[in-house]
Amino acid sequence: MDHKLIGKDFVVTDIEAKVTGRAKYVEDFRADGMVFCKSLTSPIPHAKIRSIDTSAALKMKGVLGILTADDVPQFPPPAQGIFAKDETFYVGEPILAVAAESEEIAVAAIEAIKIDFQELPHVVDPLESLFPGGPNARSGGNVAAGQIKLQTVKWDGADFATAGETKLPLGRPAEEWSYGDIDAGFKKAKVIVEENFVTATYSHNCMEARSAFAYWQGGKCFLYGSNQSHTAAIANISRYIGIKPDQLVFLAEFCGGGFGSKIPGYPNMAIAALMSKKINRPVMHRISRHEEYGIGSARPGFQGYVKMGFAANGKMVAADLYVVQESGPMATAGDFRAAGGALTLLYQPDAVRFRTVPVLTNTVPVGAQRGPGENQFVSVIEPMIDQAARQLNMDRIDIRIINAPDSDGKIGQDRGPLTSAFQKDALAKLKILGNWEERKKRSGQKNGTKVTGIGIGQGFHSAGSNGFDGLVRITTDGKLHIHTGVGNLGTHSHYSTARVAADLLNVNWENAIVERGDTRRGLPFNSPQAGSLTASTQSRTMYAAAMDMKDKLTDIAAQMLGGKPEDYVLGDEKVVSKSGGKSITYQQAAQKAVQLGGKYSGKEVPDELNPITKSAVAMIVGTGLIAAAKDKLPRVGTTPGLTCNLAEVEIDTETGVVEIKECFSVVDVGTVLFPLGLGHQIASGQILGIGMAHLERHIYDPKLGIPAAMGFHQSKVPTYLDIPPNIQWQAVEKPDPHHPLGIKGVGEPALGSGASCITSAIADALGGHLFNRTPVSADMILNHLSGRPPAHKPLQVNTV
Amino acid sequence: MSDADSNKTEPGQPSLRTTRRSFIKGVIVSGVAVSAVGYVVYERTARRPAAGAVERLITLNVNGRDRRVDVAPHETLAYTIRNKLGLTGTKVSCDRAECGACTVMLDGVTSYSCSTLTQSVRNRKIVTIEGIAGPTGGLHKVQQAMIDELGPQCGFCTSGQVVSAVALLNRNPKPTQDEARRGMSGNLCKCGAYDHYLKAVMRASQEA
Repeated sequence: MDHKLIGKDFVVTDIEAKVTGRAKYVEDFRADGMVFCKSLTSPIPHAKIRSIDTSAALKMKGVLGILTADDVPQFPPPAQGIFAKDETFYVGEPILAVAAESEEIAVAAIEAIKIDFQELPHVVDPLESLFPGGPNARSGGNVAAGQIKLQTVKWDGADFATAGETKLPLGRPAEEWSYGDIDAGFKKAKVIVEENFVTATYSHNCMEARSAFAYWQGGKCFLYGSNQSHTAAIANISRYIGIKPDQLVFLAEFCGGGFGSKIPGYPNMAIAALMSKKINRPVMHRISRHEEYGIGSARPGFQGYVKMGFAANGKMVAADLYVVQESGPMATAGDFRAAGGALTLLYQPDAVRFRTVPVLTNTVPVGAQRGPGENQFVSVIEPMIDQAARQLNMDRIDIRIINAPDSDGKIGQDRGPLTSAFQKDALAKLKILGNWEERKKRSGQKNGTKVTGIGIGQGFHSAGSNGFDGLVRITTDGKLHIHTGVGNLGTHSHYSTARVAADLLNVNWENAIVERGDTRRGLPFNSPQAGSLTASTQSRTMYAAAMDMKDKLTDIAAQMLGGKPEDYVLGDEKVVSKSGGKSITYQQAAQKAVQLGGKYSGKEVPDELNPITKSAVAMIVGTGLIAAAKDKLPRVGTTPGLTCNLAEVEIDTETGVVEIKECFSVVDVGTVLFPLGLGHQIASGQILGIGMAHLERHIYDPKLGIPAAMGFHQSKVPTYLDIPPNIQWQAVEKPDPHHPLGIKGVGEPALGSGASCITSAIADALGGHLFNRTPVSADMILNHLSGRPPAHKPLQVNTV
Repeated sequence: MSDADSNKTEPGQPSLRTTRRSFIKGVIVSGVAVSAVGYVVYERTARRPAAGAVERLITLNVNGRDRRVDVAPHETLAYTIRNKLGLTGTKVSCDRAECGACTVMLDGVTSYSCSTLTQSVRNRKIVTIEGIAGPTGGLHKVQQAMIDELGPQCGFCTSGQVVSAVALLNRNPKPTQDEARRGMSGNLCKCGAYDHYLKAVMRASQEA
């Protein structure tokens, strides 16, 4: 199909606001009578809250009110609540908030509040909690996640004794599944790779902290929040505030970074809203960087064990994976499950056993971060694939091609189908793009104090969903209004997917208006801006709405000009008869729709629409020709976004510094929707992958449970000085057959392949030495090169 | 490797921006420290100055205009321009001179406004993101290049990136890519948009 807009670059509509500083984020809003609130946060990692005395604070001039756990909705443990109640679980956990005429007064009032804490034993290392008699992060237990109920799991002393200090004890898991016969697989394997590994927990570190601003008007709560999704977050935010979804006016036009930590709303948003209700003033709740570290989420680290068996031809015949997840104190992350999924998808092993236990710790709450689970997995596993290739004397890309999924590949415990997978093609293309045959000769080459490493990495995340509602409208002035409820995470997919509707309806982009960012504009129920979903999911949602609009346009043309709807086609912003000669403009059709009412003007909507979509249509009813439709197009199986990267690095053997010289990426994302935007996702995935591979990590004092990497540079986020000069990429460009336009997503796998090509390259530079840990720091490299033992024990977490 | 002490000037040139050390010294002199809890919005009403205290009503030259403004002794420039002058394009992210989201120019030199005391810039020419566009409102070539190269992702760090890029090209109109990334290295971006930002800086440097 020849498209005018799909697959073409464009100037993203809101980008000028970003480069001129006119884009407004939460803290940029003001209202008459606005006051401020600040939270009091826990100074200790685990304690009973015996009493809170706010009397002195309440007497202070300028103090307007205090909000505590007693004033806010409660959620059953171990869910993350708004405030700690009775028990606090980590340093930085909000306990209450004070509103005052100024933040200065609020801070002074917080200083005047007395809390009587009874300290409880705390734990920051999952293995310590699993040890017989080890501390529990919560009074109710030490293991929980999603369907895994809060419980206490202690392993046997014998598990620890057998493992010693270098191996992961393989005690009782909380969840286990398998397929195939792994014992038989390992027996017939020619090469077995067996390793223990650690991936560090690290902060999301969104540049915009999760501040919120709220006021109430006419019984509705107006909430300005920093959120990467929009309408997908409404139900959850309403739940936190304790109101019905239609009582919430949610304004989220820009979001200063989310990376998974701002998907469905979060508890902190409710503080401004509930404080505002309590004191009847608009409330600005600004979050400092220090506070953001506590409530801003983190990617959960793993302590793991893996054993992989390979046949002589490189095929993975059996795999055994055990993941212990550092889960923070709340059941907020399911990364461990995704690690199992990534194993089954990327290498298609004949037999797999997966065991896991998500352990609660008195560290900050963790959650999804760009490629949750898959990316921790590949960052340590991909260098092991190299090791198998070396032992089999195979080419390192060829071993990946042999194992990579094609469209007949399977995923997960249930061996579910895929909508399409062209990773073999991507890897073959990467060989050419990265000049592999020549480049691989430089592996281990020395140049003065420098040694070269060449790395290969892969990434995967499911990257497409369906079943959401599309909403488009042609107003009586002939303009196409594209209503989108996806958020503005910064991927630009809120606009690139909106262009699908304009493209399919033959509307010039200049005559299209994207309605977004404010629920009062009538925003339908759409995909969360998360999980690499938006490009694929929202484009098919737009397709569904455009097809409904097309049916209505031809229907109205037939009513106005005679004949049947199928006698008409869409021309350039008009409906024309196939025989030629007769036509109506979109403007005339919209005017007619207002007269006709019923399904044309939005008076009647399909019952299958989400209630959020129905109320959105109610806001715009009668303003033109309205098409609201649920995406019921077929999609069977997981839609995998797949990427592979190649990196060349130089390690300075005197300093341990890793310099990244060149990076290449090839992606299997189906039809390319917006090339410039896709390139940006690939490049940023590579850059954040560099952070994951050898820079970013949490540090906790194991004795005190106090975090020690709270700032950007302490966390070691990548800077301009960490990136390679030019990141080149290509797409496989094979459309996904389960999508009307063939589009799959990319955001998350791009980071996974970006991280794993670096860990692979570092190992390669060091003659295949496996650190089995992220991040690989300069210290680790230096210790290795000089024959010193590592500064930490093999399974130790929260290390410098 | 990340350079925690990243410096916005090219190698061999002295750094002119306010260091964290001089900021701290300034705070000590003023006698009031910002709370460790995090950044704080100050009381709006001016208290009567104590004997020996600094004058609160001062003139600031911002984006070419003189502005009279009531400034507390411990008030940061980021706070003043965002909350008293209404110029919210300048963002506060780390509030401790690490990230550069709050970057402004003082007499043409970049400075972290979150860690600059407003009282210390009374006689300086302050340029914020709102003052970067041309006098007729047209986009600066750096801004246009950032649009053409799709520089920003989430946009929260973008104001600071633009100000730093403009300052860089003012003092070094034709930087090499390596000079450009060193010049920009005081500005963090957690989206990882560095590659596209750098392309934009290089594109702008090639414009007349």
